[in-house]
Amino acid sequence: MACEKYRSIEAAIALVNPGARIMVGSFGLAGYPRELIEALATSGTRDLTIISNDLGAPGEGLGKLLTNNQIRALIGTYYNWNPEVAVANNEGRITVQLIPQGTFAEAIRAAGVGIPAFFTPTAAGTELAIGKETRQFHGRPCILEEAIHADVALIKAHKADELGNLVYYKTARNFNPIMAMAADTVIAEVDEIVPVGELDPECIVTPHMFVDVITTRKD
Amino acid sequence: MQIIPEQQARERIALTIARYFDGRARQGQLFINLGVGIPTMVANYVTSPHIFIQAENGMLGVGCAAPEGHMDHDLINAGRTCVTETPGCSYFDSATSFGMIRGGHVDATVIGAFEVDQHGNIANWIIPNGKQLGVGGAMDLVSGAKQVLIAMQHTSKSGRPKLVKECSLPITGIGEADMVITEYAVFTFDSGRLVLRELSPEITVEELRTITEADFELSQGAALHKT
Repeated sequence: MACEKYRSIEAAIALVNPGARIMVGSFGLAGYPRELIEALATSGTRDLTIISNDLGAPGEGLGKLLTNNQIRALIGTYYNWNPEVAVANNEGRITVQLIPQGTFAEAIRAAGVGIPAFFTPTAAGTELAIGKETRQFHGRPCILEEAIHADVALIKAHKADELGNLVYYKTARNFNPIMAMAADTVIAEVDEIVPVGELDPECIVTPHMFVDVITTRKD
Repeated sequence: MQIIPEQQARERIALTIARYFDGRARQGQLFINLGVGIPTMVANYVTSPHIFIQAENGMLGVGCAAPEGHMDHDLINAGRTCVTETPGCSYFDSATSFGMIRGGHVDATVIGAFEVDQHGNIANWIIPNGKQLGVGGAMDLVSGAKQVLIAMQHTSKSGRPKLVKECSLPITGIGEADMVITEYAVFTFDSGRLVLRELSPEITVEELRTITEADFELSQGAALHKT
C-alpha cells in the first residue's frame, strides 16, 4: 500500500498513552471509530479524559471504556443515553464537565483554527455559566468559553485516499471533521482507503494536512 | 372540563404546531428544528413543501422516520431515530450545524419542557435527582433559534401545572419562550406578558386558570379560536 500514514488498528491505538486527553467523534452510536474503541478497551489504557458528545450506551461504543474503568474525566454534552455515567459521577469515580452541544462544537473548532476563547450567548444566566466571565454584546449577555484541544483525536470517516484526505457518510460526519483539526495526533478509522485522485477534490471534507494516521478494519 | 387522553393530547399539540408552520410557510421557506417527543411528531403533520427540517447532529432536509427494513444507523436525527432523506438534503459537521442555529438561520425550534414560567423562562434540561447528566443542544437551540415553541402537555403526569409563575428547576434559557402549545391552549409571549391565543372546546378560561399557575391575559381584539 502506498499509504505512508497507514497503521494497523493496534499500532494506531498504541499511540494513546495513559492519562491522555482523547477526542472521539460520535453522536450516539453513529459515526464513532468502532475498531479503535474496541482496541482501546482491549488495551486497558487508563486515566483517560474523553472529549465526546456522549458516551454511547452501557457497555457499548464509548460506554465500554467506562464499564472497564479506563476513564478519569469526561468533557461533553449529553450522558443520559448511558446511565452508568451519572452513577460513576455520583460515586466520585469520574469527573464530568457538561457543555452545551453547540458551544462544545465551536470550542473544538476554535482549538482547530487557533482561537483560544470566544463569547457566546448560549447558556448565559444558567447553571452552566457559573464561574464564567460574562459580557454584554449588542445588549445581550454572553459568556466566555475556552477552546477545547486534545492530545489525540480518534475519528471515523467513510473513505480516505492514500494521502489522508477524508470524506464522510451521512450523519456519521457529526463532530469528526472538527475534531480532526483540534488534536496533536489525529487517527482516522475509515471503511476504505482509495488511491490518490479517486476522491473528487470538490467533495473532500477533511484535507489530508489534518490527518496523521489512517487505519481501517481488520479483515 | 373534559380530560383529554395523553395520546390524543400529544397528537393535537403536534397538529396545532404543524398547522401554524404550514400557515407561516405560505409566506416563504421555513427552516425548523424539532426536539424529541411531541416536537418530532410535528414532522408527521406538516404538509407544506416549503418547510425544511434541520437536525442538530448535522442534517438539513430530514424526512420521515425510516421504515422497518430500511434503517441506516448512520442516518439518524438528534433523538437517535433512523430517518430518511428528502430531495435536496445535505450533511454538515456539528459546528456548522450549531452555526446555523446560533447564527439565527433556523426560523423556529420546537422543544418540550418540564416548566415554562410567565417570564418566558424555560426549564427543560435537567431534573436534579442525580439520575440525569446532560444538556445536549437545548441551551443552544433556545438561545439561537429565531422563535422558540414549547410543545408540552398542560400539566405534569401528577397533575401539576407546567406553566408556572417562576421556574423551580434549573433553567435552559432566560425569557426565550415565544409560544406555548398545550392540548388545551395556545399562548404567546408579547412584550414579556403571557397571552392566551387559543382555547380548546373541552375547557373554559376559568377552568384553564385552575390548571395554570402562571398569570396570563386574554388576547385583545381577536376572539378565542377553537382548535
